[in-house]
Amino acid sequence: MLGLKKTDATLLIVVTILTVFAPFILNPFPTSSAMAQFNAGYPDLMQRFIIFGIFAIGFNLLFGLTGYLSFGHAAFLGIGSYAVVWMYKLLDYNVLPGLVLAVIVSGIFALAIGFISLRRSGIYFSILTLAFAQMMFAISYSDLIGRFLGTTVTNGETGLQVYTSDPQILLSAGETAPHFLGLVEMRSTYTLDAGAWSFDFNAGYYFCVVFMLMAFYLAIRIFRSPFGLMLRAVKSNQQRMSYTGLNTKPYTLAVFVISGMYAGLAGGLLAAMDPLAGAERMQWTASGEVVLMTILGGAGTLIGPVLGAGFIKYFENIFSKINDNVLHQWFAFMPDGLEDFVVFVIHPFIGKGWHLTLGLMFMMVVIFLPGGLVEGGQRIGRIFRRKDRNSSDAELDAAKQRNTPPAE
Amino acid sequence: MDAILLQILNGLDKGSAYALIALGLTLIFGTLGVVNFAHGALFMIGAFCAVTLQRIFTLSYVTLDESQKDFLGNPLKVETPYVQSWFGESLGAGIIDWSVPLAILFCIPVMVLIGFVMERGLIKHFYKRPHADQILVTFGLAIVLQEIIKYFYGANPIPTPAPELFRGSFDFGVLLGFDPNAIIYPYWRLVYFAFSAVIIGGVFAFLQFTTFGMVVRAGMADRETVGMLGINIDKRFTIMFGIAAAVAGLAGVMYAPINSPNYHMGMDFLVLSFVVVVVGGMGSLPGAVLAGFLLGILESFASMNEVKNILPGIDQIIIYVVAIIILLTRPRGLMGRKGVMEE
Repeated sequence: MLGLKKTDATLLIVVTILTVFAPFILNPFPTSSAMAQFNAGYPDLMQRFIIFGIFAIGFNLLFGLTGYLSFGHAAFLGIGSYAVVWMYKLLDYNVLPGLVLAVIVSGIFALAIGFISLRRSGIYFSILTLAFAQMMFAISYSDLIGRFLGTTVTNGETGLQVYTSDPQILLSAGETAPHFLGLVEMRSTYTLDAGAWSFDFNAGYYFCVVFMLMAFYLAIRIFRSPFGLMLRAVKSNQQRMSYTGLNTKPYTLAVFVISGMYAGLAGGLLAAMDPLAGAERMQWTASGEVVLMTILGGAGTLIGPVLGAGFIKYFENIFSKINDNVLHQWFAFMPDGLEDFVVFVIHPFIGKGWHLTLGLMFMMVVIFLPGGLVEGGQRIGRIFRRKDRNSSDAELDAAKQRNTPPAE
Repeated sequence: MDAILLQILNGLDKGSAYALIALGLTLIFGTLGVVNFAHGALFMIGAFCAVTLQRIFTLSYVTLDESQKDFLGNPLKVETPYVQSWFGESLGAGIIDWSVPLAILFCIPVMVLIGFVMERGLIKHFYKRPHADQILVTFGLAIVLQEIIKYFYGANPIPTPAPELFRGSFDFGVLLGFDPNAIIYPYWRLVYFAFSAVIIGGVFAFLQFTTFGMVVRAGMADRETVGMLGINIDKRFTIMFGIAAAVAGLAGVMYAPINSPNYHMGMDFLVLSFVVVVVGGMGSLPGAVLAGFLLGILESFASMNEVKNILPGIDQIIIYVVAIIILLTRPRGLMGRKGVMEE
């Protein structure tokens, strides 16, 4: 189907079904029940799952296939957001021109940054991309280009947003929020009440899903193409590739640009859902986050980054919501002293302490499970089916590749 | 002329911090071959050593003073630090005042211990793993350390004043025969520069003139051969890791009065320190120090108003621009040795 092997086609179909029915799947608990706080089926969060999924898929194309660890991918995310908001400011709230521009502009930036950074590999590459991203963050945070030109380009600390004084030459009457070709507004949500449950179907979410599925399909095609194979060869031994008379630079540069465009698209979608763009999206913590997602899910696998993105965004949301009162409710069955003690122990890891949990989780994954969640799933799977050890699972190969040293 | 001198002086304190952190990074990279993304966190922990000691010294007990009334007419609550009641009023106050320099003594064992635990407990298992994994695990560790500090000390910067003696500024220009008030320079920054010069000199002397240092240098050049000579090089490298951690910690302690410590100061410095290491040349100790001071001074020149009027905001990106140019024209850095991490 669509030029895919059977396993890949199944994977794509599974992902499609999961994303399309996500509003049901993520809302398993009745709205009034105590478990409702574990529901993730509200539009804002679901959009973030999908958007960061796209971001991580793009990052994985670079890191998973070539082993080049970029620490500055958030720069492209920020550029995408700025591009979309600028299109709002100049034309109107239609998201399409903005998204096209976001992909193009981030592609151009990725070409320039990649051209320079890819002259080095290993640690140098990581530090170069980090330096570029920090530079772009500094530029947009203090709006250096704007100050140089005497206008505003990124609007500095405040972040870029649409004002009524902006030209917006195509703006029609009554248009106040992002929409797609005037057909549907991004924030419009249909709520289905079914008994004790309530499900939200958000236009923006499905808009993102369409892009995510396209991005995922493209990623599968790249993984399975001769181009993808070449990139894996670069990862396993770049020197040998050079000795066979092959110039690896065009391949790595191409995938860097593609990966930057994915990030630009994700950034654009962020601004399409919420018409704002701020410099903090470019900060290196944001770059670190996408690295986290990819590693956690499983670098070099197809589904890993999507899983990782969903996992991190979900737990970020849940952990930040839990507070001491909730914990006391949960552990109410314990004797009083013990209850207080348990709550006291868990307290640093919840609410504002979410980053601590994230950091620990990240370290655990890197130390014990370098293949991420996908590898973890496979290990569990292998316990159940010991017999067919020589499983020719394509994902397994990818997970194994992760353990070979990357190009230095 | 005096303006140029002023900028050089201004660049020295930041340059010293860059140089000290970059020195530690290079020591770790040169000996263990590990890229330590948690090194900035060690710098931050050093600064919080100063905060902790200050808090310990100012621990007080409350007494009611019947002779004085507060505005509600109740007896005034007087807080007396324990240190003052133990050592007498003036000596106690002096100890509190000197808490930052005293924190040096407190910081060294703490940092060396943290360094040992980090190396033996975590980094050791990552020698054979790819560089990407080393970056990732130390990055995770940096987040954890940062969050632990944030949990205990809060997110706000904590003012940690320098001793009374060094608080003001002095007129440096007059000494050199310029007009009065042309070059005003805070005492503490001069202290910081002198301190870092001593530390840097100490580390170099240690490596150059002691047998231990000689073995470490030999191990940096060829680990395998040194190991075959029957020397336990791993143990010495672990000690070097502890020393590198202590250097970062000391840089942090003394930096506390210049910039109030907050939990993310380590990360802010780390990114720049990496750039410094790369500019200086990966694995080259003199390169790291030289590049640290050069970039610090360059940054302060770029923040001059005359420069900013032509290129607004150049001070915030100059270091990155220079780093990119140097990496492209001279990939092994200013003083990098041939063949070390060149690819």
